[in-house]
Amino acid sequence: MGRVEPLLNLEDVNVHYGAIWALKGINLTVGEGEIVSLIGANGAGKSTTLRAISGIVKTSSGRIMYQGEDITKTPAHDIVKKGIAQVPEGRRIFANLTVMENLELGAYIRKDTKGIKQDMESVLDRFPRLRERIGQIAGTLSGGEQQMLAIGRALMTRPKLMLLDEPSMGLAPLLVKEIFSIIQEINKDGTTILLVEQNARMALQIAHRAYVLETGRIVLEGSAQELAKQEDVKKAYLGG
Amino acid sequence: MKKYFSTLIICLVLAVFFVAVQLGINSGAISWYWMTNLYLVGINIILAASLNLINGFTGEFSLGHAGFMAVGAYSSAIITANLGLPFPLAVIVGMLAAALAGLLVGLPTLRLRGDYLAIATLGFGEIVRVVLMNIDYVGGASGLTDIPAMVNWPIIFFSVVLSLLLIRNFICSSHGRACLAVRENDLAAEMMGVNITYYKVLAFVIGAALAGLAGVLYAHYYTVLQPREFSFMLTFNVLVMVMVGGLGSLTGSVVGAVIITIASAFLQAIPELRMVIYAALLIISAVFRPQGLLGEKEVSLNILQKLGGVLSGPVRSKQAH
Repeated sequence: MGRVEPLLNLEDVNVHYGAIWALKGINLTVGEGEIVSLIGANGAGKSTTLRAISGIVKTSSGRIMYQGEDITKTPAHDIVKKGIAQVPEGRRIFANLTVMENLELGAYIRKDTKGIKQDMESVLDRFPRLRERIGQIAGTLSGGEQQMLAIGRALMTRPKLMLLDEPSMGLAPLLVKEIFSIIQEINKDGTTILLVEQNARMALQIAHRAYVLETGRIVLEGSAQELAKQEDVKKAYLGG
Repeated sequence: MKKYFSTLIICLVLAVFFVAVQLGINSGAISWYWMTNLYLVGINIILAASLNLINGFTGEFSLGHAGFMAVGAYSSAIITANLGLPFPLAVIVGMLAAALAGLLVGLPTLRLRGDYLAIATLGFGEIVRVVLMNIDYVGGASGLTDIPAMVNWPIIFFSVVLSLLLIRNFICSSHGRACLAVRENDLAAEMMGVNITYYKVLAFVIGAALAGLAGVLYAHYYTVLQPREFSFMLTFNVLVMVMVGGLGSLTGSVVGAVIITIASAFLQAIPELRMVIYAALLIISAVFRPQGLLGEKEVSLNILQKLGGVLSGPVRSKQAH
């Protein structure tokens, strides 16, 4: 809030799925270098918000501004080129291709062979387990490794802003911790993060700011620390 | 160096094969009957490989191949038979017409998924056949005759080699990667910046153009065209070749086309049972080897080398789910 030039700005964004009004006037800002979390229950519209930003679903009204540019109507495959990468819910890796091929496809939009090589190395340094399994078919990886691959694949686009959709889904608590500390590292290295999570406790721990969504509306916003202290947030999302 | 070496060997084998067959035809060692079947194998390889590009590599399910072949065959026959223009022009027109048909059908229908695309393309094939049957300019139901015989062994041979080379290079390029990504997971592909509609349509158009080429060759070998030859059975036939050979394997399509064409040549003695045996073949292959004879693997010299060492060392083995 109050930043001069936010990286991403959603102004009164509405999304309809047929007769269902999924997003009801979302206003949201992400500043450069931040980790921002969207928390809320199932069906609150968290994933839809991400999908609207990345162009996978069409907005029915409102504006999405990125670096001062209106990207509301930009097709999904062009949004990637602007530096927004999405790590989709359920990972959606290319299951029949190798780890290497998955990462190469991440760099699909890029032509700078040298830079791609560098990024490949840095992704493999970040995820040593992917290096061990570089020639393995991605579908045979464990859930945690697949999540790492999905994040690595998104990093290969060299994003300014990374959208993460439920990275903790279906993972053991220890792995969730690992994934979240990796997200923090990625943020420290200069990538802005917009994170959607059902695991509100973890999300609020690493986020700078957060928004709480309920049935398509933002009902609360503020610094992550403040939100974590609020009684109604504790009750509804942090289990007491 | 190794790579150049194996390319050299492949070229050498192809050249020997080409010369041997040409000598066989010249000397009469290859009878007219087997020559016809050989040409048919060539045409079917082009059909199977191009359908595989659409169905196997890009993961769409098209049933419109007979339609595209008919467009190529008839438009090229109009150039040579009706207008008396040279054959090379007919090849270009035939392929372009089929590609255009592919574009017109592909743009609206590739937004459909799975079964719906199959139904739409099947409908397209039938429409082409019925329309041709009702145009007197191309002979209507009785067919178009007096098409000049232009096709000989070199033309068939080089058409097949160039078609396979085109598809192979496409698949191995970043475009092919994009198609593979679309097949594997189109949403993720889009998130990686792949324009999925573009690649679906592109693969569809290339496949259609090559089916058109097969039609051109067919028309200028048999010199007679009848709409009823381009029925759904033709598409089905090509589909069987692709399935038996392996969806997503180019060499598989070649193997499938050879097996099915030769088999149907032998089965001509018992035409009533032919389709029954076909169906049985398809069921057997679906039950015992659903991924086709070659799955997604390609036969190459590398694999032959590896076979000496480790039997389990193919380039990539498809995971069974």
